Amino acid sequence: MKRVALYAAALGFVVFAGFPFYWMLVTTFKQNRDLYVGASDLSHIPWIFNDPPTLEHVKLLFGQTDFPRWVLNTLLVVAAVVVITVAVAVPAGYSLARLAGRWGERMGMGIFFTYLIPPTLLFVPFSRLVSLLGLQNSLASLILIYPTMTIPFCTWLVMGFLRSVPWEIEEQAMIDGYSRLAVILKVAPRLIVPGILTVVVFSFTLVMQEFVYALTFISSVEKMTVSLGVPIALVRGDVYHWGALMAAALFISIPLAIVYNLFIDRFIQGFTMGAVKG
Amino acid sequence: MAGIEIRSLRKQFGDLHAVDGVDLSIRDGEFLVLLGSSGSGKTTLLRMIAGLERPTAGEIHIGGERVDGDVPPRARGIAMVFQSYALYPHRTVFKNIAFPLEAVRTPRKQIEEKVRWAADMFSITRYLDRYPRQLSGGERQRVALCRALVRDPKVFLLDEPLANLDAKLRNTARDDLKRFQRRIQTTTVYVTHDQVEAMGLGDRIVVMEHGKVRQVGTPQEVYEDPVDTFVATFVGQPPMNLLDLRDASLPAGTLVGFRPEHLLPRSVFGPGEDLRTLRFSVRRVEYLGSDRYVYGSVLESAAPDATVIAKLPANIALAIPEGETHEFAVPRRLLRYFDAATGLRRPP
Repeated sequence: MKRVALYAAALGFVVFAGFPFYWMLVTTFKQNRDLYVGASDLSHIPWIFNDPPTLEHVKLLFGQTDFPRWVLNTLLVVAAVVVITVAVAVPAGYSLARLAGRWGERMGMGIFFTYLIPPTLLFVPFSRLVSLLGLQNSLASLILIYPTMTIPFCTWLVMGFLRSVPWEIEEQAMIDGYSRLAVILKVAPRLIVPGILTVVVFSFTLVMQEFVYALTFISSVEKMTVSLGVPIALVRGDVYHWGALMAAALFISIPLAIVYNLFIDRFIQGFTMGAVKG
Repeated sequence: MAGIEIRSLRKQFGDLHAVDGVDLSIRDGEFLVLLGSSGSGKTTLLRMIAGLERPTAGEIHIGGERVDGDVPPRARGIAMVFQSYALYPHRTVFKNIAFPLEAVRTPRKQIEEKVRWAADMFSITRYLDRYPRQLSGGERQRVALCRALVRDPKVFLLDEPLANLDAKLRNTARDDLKRFQRRIQTTTVYVTHDQVEAMGLGDRIVVMEHGKVRQVGTPQEVYEDPVDTFVATFVGQPPMNLLDLRDASLPAGTLVGFRPEHLLPRSVFGPGEDLRTLRFSVRRVEYLGSDRYVYGSVLESAAPDATVIAKLPANIALAIPEGETHEFAVPRRLLRYFDAATGLRRPP
């Protein structure tokens, strides 16, 4: 009986989590008539194909917008931001957690608070900075600005994660023949792999969904990221190209969902370790 | 192999004096146990010897070489086993044991030989390909010891290595450890809060409290001749009984101490013995198989409510009814006297 209830609850969550994907899928391949007739015809069933599926939205997305280009831009920005974030946040978190003593904790909190300042407040000074550097309307501006969101949070994340990794293992390595620097370079990285993976996933997610900064700094269509290009190209005035919008969302989210699922255990480990002991 | 010389060593963490002026001379090949409750400074002392903690003041010499300054842990010729064993989770047992050898770029073949030799010594050869998470607590502890052994250290530093084992395993692990140390004859400093472990393992015991050394001596000295009331009650289970007997022959403010196993019914002593007789009001008798613990109070005491414990071995079959007062006695030669105000030992 208990088991039945458990499965019922699990099924409920599966439907809850899976339905948006299903909705994207049907909308992507529905004919426009099938898509919009429900508004006037109440006997129409919205969650099945009433007319045969079509590829017209997919053709619109790939043929009449720069979608592949945006995907490429996004991947480029994401890769650069992830590299920068890992390169800065991991050593920063490590040194704050391990080397800075009591002040490390307080500084960590301070760094975390900067993450809480909303982008809507920051994009004005940032836009001055960007134009000062002559980076307006370039992907470089995003690569410069996005780490200001990812680094503070990820530093804090790494600090929390390190609290769950016993310091003794590194001390042991120092006794076993390594210098402190060698421990940091050779022993510690292997111990914090789940933490690093969490940092990668987190900065990845943050950059993928970012809209405000992209809108502020990018104006040419061929330099847009997915999160900016898709709504700008497919929402024309008050006309929403639902089929193509959903197609874009679908082609982005399916590979991401697969990648996330591959790393889900590590991801949870990294987050909960930081959370529980942080 | 080497002895360790510690001179007026201090360590302060902010306002806390973790180690407060320790002088200690550890002999070559000795098994020395640092005994104290948590916060007594024993682990901090060990970590300073290891070089993981920098002393606020004082000197540490290992094998005649001064190391308290900038000599890093790796250059001190030590090996350490932590309470958590600090095994590398992503390395197999073999790779864990090989780690200190790889760090100093030992040739491959030699590593192989050395690891096999150490693993053989602790009979963990069959676990060499496993990961630490696949091992039990006792097996992990032996891996940690193996890893310490392959370094050929001048000194072993052990921080409560048995604390995470269950009680049953701890006895055999203790025996293994002692035999192992006797065989390799390496100077060993062992930290524990468990006085049974300290008594069983140590050639000498250092009793610590609040960062200070209270007493250094063989287990027998520490047990039979405690220098103060702290050592008297910290070492021994149950602890030494301490009473003010208001004895006219003693100076005022003298505490009389005796071990529970020395407080026995008057009738079990022979006629020739010089005894201090006490009227013992028995509250409760605890039957523990090999012993009986008798809880009660001594009527001669200045604080008649204070609990006094007598430990009767099984060969004394005498019935001790609860709720009655009995004649008990302690041989006078086993009484110890302390100053009530300072806690220090006082001649009789």
